[in-house]
Amino acid sequence: METLIFLIFAALAVASSLVVVAHRSPVYATMSLVVTLFSVAVLFVLLGAPFLGALQILIYAGAIVVLFLFVIMLLNLQKASAAAGRRGGQLWVALPGALLFVGMVGLVFWRAGAPALQPLTADLVSLKGLATALFSDYLLPFEIVGLLLLVAVIGATVAARRAPDGEASRLLPREDFVGAGDEPRKEARS
Amino acid sequence: MNSGSPEIIATLVKYAVMFGVFINVAPIMNWVERRACAYIQDRPGPNRVGPLGLFQPLADAAKFMFKEDVTPAAADKLLYLMAPVLALLPAFTTFVIVPFGPDLTVGGRTIPLVVAPVDTGVLLFLALSSLAVYSLVLAGYASNNKFSLLGGIRASAQLISYELALTLSVLAVLLPVNSFRLSDIVAWQQAHVWNVIPQILGFFVFLVASFAETNRLPFDLPEAESELIAGFHTEYSAMRFAAFFQAEYTNMAALAALGVTLFFGGWSLPGVHLTGWLGAIVGLVTLVAKIGVCMAVFVWVRWTFPRFRYDQLMRLGWKVLLPLSILNLILVAAMTLAGWL
Repeated sequence: METLIFLIFAALAVASSLVVVAHRSPVYATMSLVVTLFSVAVLFVLLGAPFLGALQILIYAGAIVVLFLFVIMLLNLQKASAAAGRRGGQLWVALPGALLFVGMVGLVFWRAGAPALQPLTADLVSLKGLATALFSDYLLPFEIVGLLLLVAVIGATVAARRAPDGEASRLLPREDFVGAGDEPRKEARS
Repeated sequence: MNSGSPEIIATLVKYAVMFGVFINVAPIMNWVERRACAYIQDRPGPNRVGPLGLFQPLADAAKFMFKEDVTPAAADKLLYLMAPVLALLPAFTTFVIVPFGPDLTVGGRTIPLVVAPVDTGVLLFLALSSLAVYSLVLAGYASNNKFSLLGGIRASAQLISYELALTLSVLAVLLPVNSFRLSDIVAWQQAHVWNVIPQILGFFVFLVASFAETNRLPFDLPEAESELIAGFHTEYSAMRFAAFFQAEYTNMAALAALGVTLFFGGWSLPGVHLTGWLGAIVGLVTLVAKIGVCMAVFVWVRWTFPRFRYDQLMRLGWKVLLPLSILNLILVAAMTLAGWL
């Protein structure tokens, strides 16, 4: 039973994450991201960490990706999506990023070595164990992440702020917002 | 996962009981809402079909089934068909963590009267209900109608803003109980006092946020019929429209069930300690009665208050409710540390 659930949701997670990077329409890609996050949450529950699973759905699937959709709808990326998919520059940004990620994961495995890779114990993934680890051993990284988020919030506020002379924001041109609904979207679909 | 078949049967029976309660909310509330609004506006309301117009929901259901189901030519077909299903999915899963009676012993087995007795209880409710926003956003986007799109955009911002205050007000309830399980919260309230008394501030935040989370007046900005026609469901007709309708009322009932469990003792009554089958039946009836009172408040508020403007809605959410809920969290934490709770 557990193996069956694992196979279904692991396959779903891989398939939907492929759709996220491959689909032309940003809305479909975003919705596939929700499916990916949900499947990974199910895997967390199967690993005995229901708290992480619930938080994954609550924070990522339920809030952050909704904001992605919000921005996509405000900017009306439909028209731009077809062109953006073929932009060659993307590859040159994505490739070093992927290599960096693989390198980091490899470094972790290489430095930690095989004996350090043990299954998580039940008291570590429990709410109490997680909170104790976060607020004692890993307090500094935790606080740094908080600072990073604060910087991001201030940055976003400054970027979206209206110019003092009453002009609309630089990042959200008004004509895009007004025209969002009336544009016929058919040509963007294949 | 590897539980025996008696437990699976027990779970199915419990789900059937709760499903029976929640599936009937929409038709009953349809009648209650129309009669109550007619009463508030000093007119008779639907009174032709059956005694007191009680069969009006049946007539409406038949009408929905036989109406033409229109899909706009320019709509995004797949997302357009998915949106009503996505609306129903969280509505009919969130109530599985709400307990509806004391533990029942059948044939030597102790059965907790909650469909899913999981440790993450409240979090699971919040997680599943946070997925409801996708149905509104996708319906608004897929209809390819500017009013629908505006409704969808409004829904996404509104639901996220009020989810924060709602979650923080729920977290404060968990502090003295030290558990995510709703049955522990009910037991705590049986032993001490209903949470609404020490946490009246938190209850106020929860109440206002739940109106916004269910898109009810005064916060029904995503559909706002006077400015957006019907917002995200403008293009929907027949049973697909009815699905949104059903989801709205089921979500209201589920949030009401969470609210009475967190703040009003859930299925328990002060001074009443029944066990066995009698306890189970009294517990279920008590829970349903408490949900009924909450639904009446939903209806009463809807037909009494005018709609907020969007900037007022955002100001209330971020500048009033969020600070209030944080203040409430600090107060409750201090009271718990001081040993008053």
